[in-house]
Amino acid sequence: MRKDSHSIETFAAWALALLWLLPLAYSFWSAFHPSEYATRFDITAPLTLDNFAKAWRQAPFARYYLNTVMLVSLVLAGQLVIATLAAYAFARFRFVGREVLFGLVLVQLMIMPDVLIVENYRVISALNLLDTIPAIALPYMASAFGIFLLRQTFKSVPNELVEAARVEGASSFGVLWRVFVPLGKTTYIAFGLVSVSYHWNNFLWPLIVTNSVESRPLTVGLAVFGAPETGVDWSVITAATVMTMAPLLLAFLLFQRQFVQSFMRAGIR
Amino acid sequence: MVAAVMSATEPKAARRRNWAVSVNAWLLLLPAIVLLATFTHYPILATLYHSFFSLGRSGPAEFIGLDNYRYMLDDDVFWQVLRNNFIFALATVPTSIALALLMAVWVDKKIVGRSFLRLAFFTPTVLPMIAVANIWLFFYTPDYGLLDQFLKSLGFSGHNWLGDPSTVMTCLAVMVVWKEAGFFMIFYLAALQSIPPELKEAASVEGASRWYFFRRVTFPLLMPTTLFISINALINSFKLVDQLVIMTKGGPNNASSLLLYYIYEVAFNFWDTTYAATLTVTLISILAAVALTKFVYLDRRIHYQ
Repeated sequence: MRKDSHSIETFAAWALALLWLLPLAYSFWSAFHPSEYATRFDITAPLTLDNFAKAWRQAPFARYYLNTVMLVSLVLAGQLVIATLAAYAFARFRFVGREVLFGLVLVQLMIMPDVLIVENYRVISALNLLDTIPAIALPYMASAFGIFLLRQTFKSVPNELVEAARVEGASSFGVLWRVFVPLGKTTYIAFGLVSVSYHWNNFLWPLIVTNSVESRPLTVGLAVFGAPETGVDWSVITAATVMTMAPLLLAFLLFQRQFVQSFMRAGIR
Repeated sequence: MVAAVMSATEPKAARRRNWAVSVNAWLLLLPAIVLLATFTHYPILATLYHSFFSLGRSGPAEFIGLDNYRYMLDDDVFWQVLRNNFIFALATVPTSIALALLMAVWVDKKIVGRSFLRLAFFTPTVLPMIAVANIWLFFYTPDYGLLDQFLKSLGFSGHNWLGDPSTVMTCLAVMVVWKEAGFFMIFYLAALQSIPPELKEAASVEGASRWYFFRRVTFPLLMPTTLFISINALINSFKLVDQLVIMTKGGPNNASSLLLYYIYEVAFNFWDTTYAATLTVTLISILAAVALTKFVYLDRRIHYQ
């Protein structure tokens, strides 16, 4: 009786898991087979890379890749530096206005740049940055979430380590660089993975502020490429879709545990 | 006399030191403050400010008080997208939570292929919404799409899933549940792993059934996690609109449009930025209300009980 209920559960869990993988499996099927097999499932269907070659020829995906990589690196580098400095100040300095400032930082956790598209567009336009990669990155550069995570990490650094570094003659920056940053490694990795996935996948804001091949990230490029009015073949669109998600998917498969733990830390805050 | 001089100089030195510390701290915070002020605080205030002005397409923008808000309250589309948003939240939040809990309970046990199951459930989380929308769009394509092909093989006729106001929301909700459930699963999994195993042993000694144990022990212990996930899912349902751009453009006839998507349309298709600001004020108020509930209810009551 008990054993039966266990095997039923195992069966149900597997059925759900296979169902869950179906959309992804299907996109791979369609991307790697000639278009006449898009909805015909025949195990003997020939494999092909034609769809990828066609997508690559029909739209400047190389440039989109480059744009996304530049965007993601710019955002991450900016976020890490800015959040490290701010978190250090919040965690280790007592100064006038600390609580108020921290409260102002937390406002961004509640009202994210994603919903302030109308006014942020005005700001970016006033700065004369429309249709550039920095325009996509700037609203996200000061990450309240990053500041919050790093502040918590820095607060748990034992005082003895700080004192020891001071005795050795380290300056404020020296202490930050040699004590706090190395001890924050796991937080940096968690924050970095979440940030990269978020900005690799982000769509609405880049769609609004970009308008040319030179600044469009992959997600926007894919949307432009796959729009129904372009009449591109379905199999070619799935190939482009697979290309868009492949780097993150691959990274996830390689570093599963890191990803899951990072997303969890990010969610819990 | 000497003592008096010393006590007068000491606070001065201390004050100077404090001042130096403050300056240091403010300098460290400067980049963050400038960017947050430019892209979060100023836009919030500017949104509110612009919502009181006319667009000024012919001539300068004029202060018109609450006219934009009056217009909003008379705007049928506004009410429809707001209703859609709440229906969408009601459809996706409980479903993805229930599924997430089920998944977490399964992969928490010693089950055959546990790591494969975890992988399968979590993978949709790391995919771009825009790629997901592309894949699912093809599922729902009339006649040629996978869903119709499957139904046809069972003898049903084709259906325009995304073109029919009565099915479009369900189709989008199914896709979002698929994308989000695995993400919520990991929070339940972490919570399940923190439940002391002695509880389970004690319950099995008492002869309690698994279902009874789940209902009376596990589920109540997971309550903070459930509330936490509900609020996050609720916020997401107001933020996630990427799929609409690809799949329906809010159609047919605004049947699938959500508040943020409507803001996007009003601002960047109709270029009515002051009305878009008015709509944004509504969205910000909703998000602030949710965040305050979270703060009061979750952070205070649940964690410290």
